[in-house]
Amino acid sequence: MQLTVKLFAYFRDNRFKQKVTDYPEGTTVEDIIRSLGIDLDEVGVTMINSRHCSLEQVPVDGDQLAIFPNIGGG
Amino acid sequence: MAEQIFRVNMSDLSTKIETVPEEWKGLGGRGLTSTVIAAEVNPTCHPLGKHNKLVIAPGLLSGTPAANSGRLSCGAKSPLTGTIKEANAGGTSAQMLARHGVKALIIEGKPTDNGKWYSLHVHSGGVTVQEETEVIGMGNFAVVEVLNKRLGDKVGVITIGPAGEMRMTGANISIKDPDNHIRSNGRGGLGAVLGSKQIKFISVEPTSEKVAIADPEAFKTANRAFAKALVDNPISKALGQYGTNVLVNIINESGGLPTRNFTSGQFAGHEAISGETMHDTIVARGGKPKHNCHAGCVINCSQIYTDLKGQYKTSGFEYESIWALGADCCVDNLDHIAEADSLMDDLGLDSIETAVAFGVAMEAGVLPFGDGAGICRILREEVGKGTPLGRIIGSGAAAVGRAYGVTRVPVVKNQAIPAYDPRAIKGIGITYATSTQGADHTMGYTIATNILGVGGKVDPLSKEGQVELSRNLQIATAAIDSTGMCLFIAFAALDDATCLPSLIDLLNARFGINLTADDVTNLGMSILKTERAFNLAAGFTNKDDRLPEFFAEEPIAPHNVVWDISDEAIDSFWDF
Repeated sequence: MQLTVKLFAYFRDNRFKQKVTDYPEGTTVEDIIRSLGIDLDEVGVTMINSRHCSLEQVPVDGDQLAIFPNIGGG
Repeated sequence: MAEQIFRVNMSDLSTKIETVPEEWKGLGGRGLTSTVIAAEVNPTCHPLGKHNKLVIAPGLLSGTPAANSGRLSCGAKSPLTGTIKEANAGGTSAQMLARHGVKALIIEGKPTDNGKWYSLHVHSGGVTVQEETEVIGMGNFAVVEVLNKRLGDKVGVITIGPAGEMRMTGANISIKDPDNHIRSNGRGGLGAVLGSKQIKFISVEPTSEKVAIADPEAFKTANRAFAKALVDNPISKALGQYGTNVLVNIINESGGLPTRNFTSGQFAGHEAISGETMHDTIVARGGKPKHNCHAGCVINCSQIYTDLKGQYKTSGFEYESIWALGADCCVDNLDHIAEADSLMDDLGLDSIETAVAFGVAMEAGVLPFGDGAGICRILREEVGKGTPLGRIIGSGAAAVGRAYGVTRVPVVKNQAIPAYDPRAIKGIGITYATSTQGADHTMGYTIATNILGVGGKVDPLSKEGQVELSRNLQIATAAIDSTGMCLFIAFAALDDATCLPSLIDLLNARFGINLTADDVTNLGMSILKTERAFNLAAGFTNKDDRLPEFFAEEPIAPHNVVWDISDEAIDSFWDF
């Protein structure tokens, strides 16, 4: 399945902002984060198609996955 | 220094120093400003008349070595909202006032001579009122420069720009920061209240006095634990790197970034105005990504944004200002946004209210969406010169909506709704509706839990749990706003079990008391109830606790959702 993965803040360092990648069916959000070499402890928020999602969630073809570290402001 | 009440009556230019009444002793910051206003100001008075009072109060911990404790509260009846109002900011004055023993500075009355301007100078012996001519009409940056020369670099400065002098309801009060730039008590038109008293600035004498601490050893231990909780928090670290503007991309991704005067939840130009782009731009131009607004801050969310030539352009370049000029006005150019931000700082205008006013003006056809240069021109040539158009824009989003017959006007109680759309992030809609001070995200920042996963998780698109979330956060915020602490300690307080107890230990060590967590919650509740009672006596009802009707009728992309929380649910906010 083809997914668009978007990274934010320092997760972009030495990686990318946005990339379309093929993943095997059944890949979880956690699998994708691990495959990118991102420390799971540093992950703050994940969203699929602008909705918050869990690490266990399995995206489907065409989904957009956004991965954020712990951030805040206001 | 013993704490005292410093009182200035501008009707006869007299000053007094008073003993702190017993019932005010446990209060500081917002808790004190709101209590004084509720006790002494007629709720139905004209906010710019002689019966309103401006109350300035450092927080309970301001002036001590406690980390992040340098916020100064200003309060009055707001000329923008007609409600009670408190706005707080960093800068150097909170700590200096506390060290002079100023529990609160209360400014009342109004000069009988309309043509004259005055300044106040605060020192340990009291307050001196002087007639002022030199800096009248000047922007805030020039005021600081002149006063540094006149009174020395270390002097504290609390000032209004031309907007405050002209009593525009978007006018703020600015406070000199450690780098001779300014921080602003932004919301609710408090600059117009100081202007109505014909006071251009308040200077604060430097002092070597210290704030008395009942148990210095316990204080030191508590402060070490407190500062550690702040420094170790990952959100504090991200704030230091990217500033609050790190939020542009995540709020855009969530579909809650109000765009083009609140007609969409996502902005195509988000990347160009994001915290990531801002950080890279600052680094490439030799600016400073990290900067503190007051001594003792360990988070450093401010920054120095420089222009193409590497010259200072603006600091404290906040997400809300960048959102409003960026997404809401569709300006996808950070340099135009920085220029407008700097102009608003210099004129002394709330950068949320004024920028949202521009979004409404764009909808009215006054200038096109995306016209960043046009915004800067209008700020310089219309607002700065006090033309009729400039005065309308400087009086805020609701004023622009009324003047131009626009119905899509994002305000609650006349105060502009900030950077989070209540249709897609419903908890914040409860805060906008029920806040005692008009729409204000900082009153109960549900974004933490709705979007950022801080303090648990509540689905932003669901109606469930939003009233309770907003209520708990509004109560906690009222208490934090009384301590002199920056609200950004809340990110650590919500998720690190050591943070809040160490803050309570700091208060106990400072005053030699035995507060518990319940006492702090009760303080927050009592402040909210005091503020609410003032508003009810001023004529507000639960019918004022509503969002503008377009939120219920116009779905926004990408989630195509409307505001759908019932009036009964909103009113249940006050069931405590």
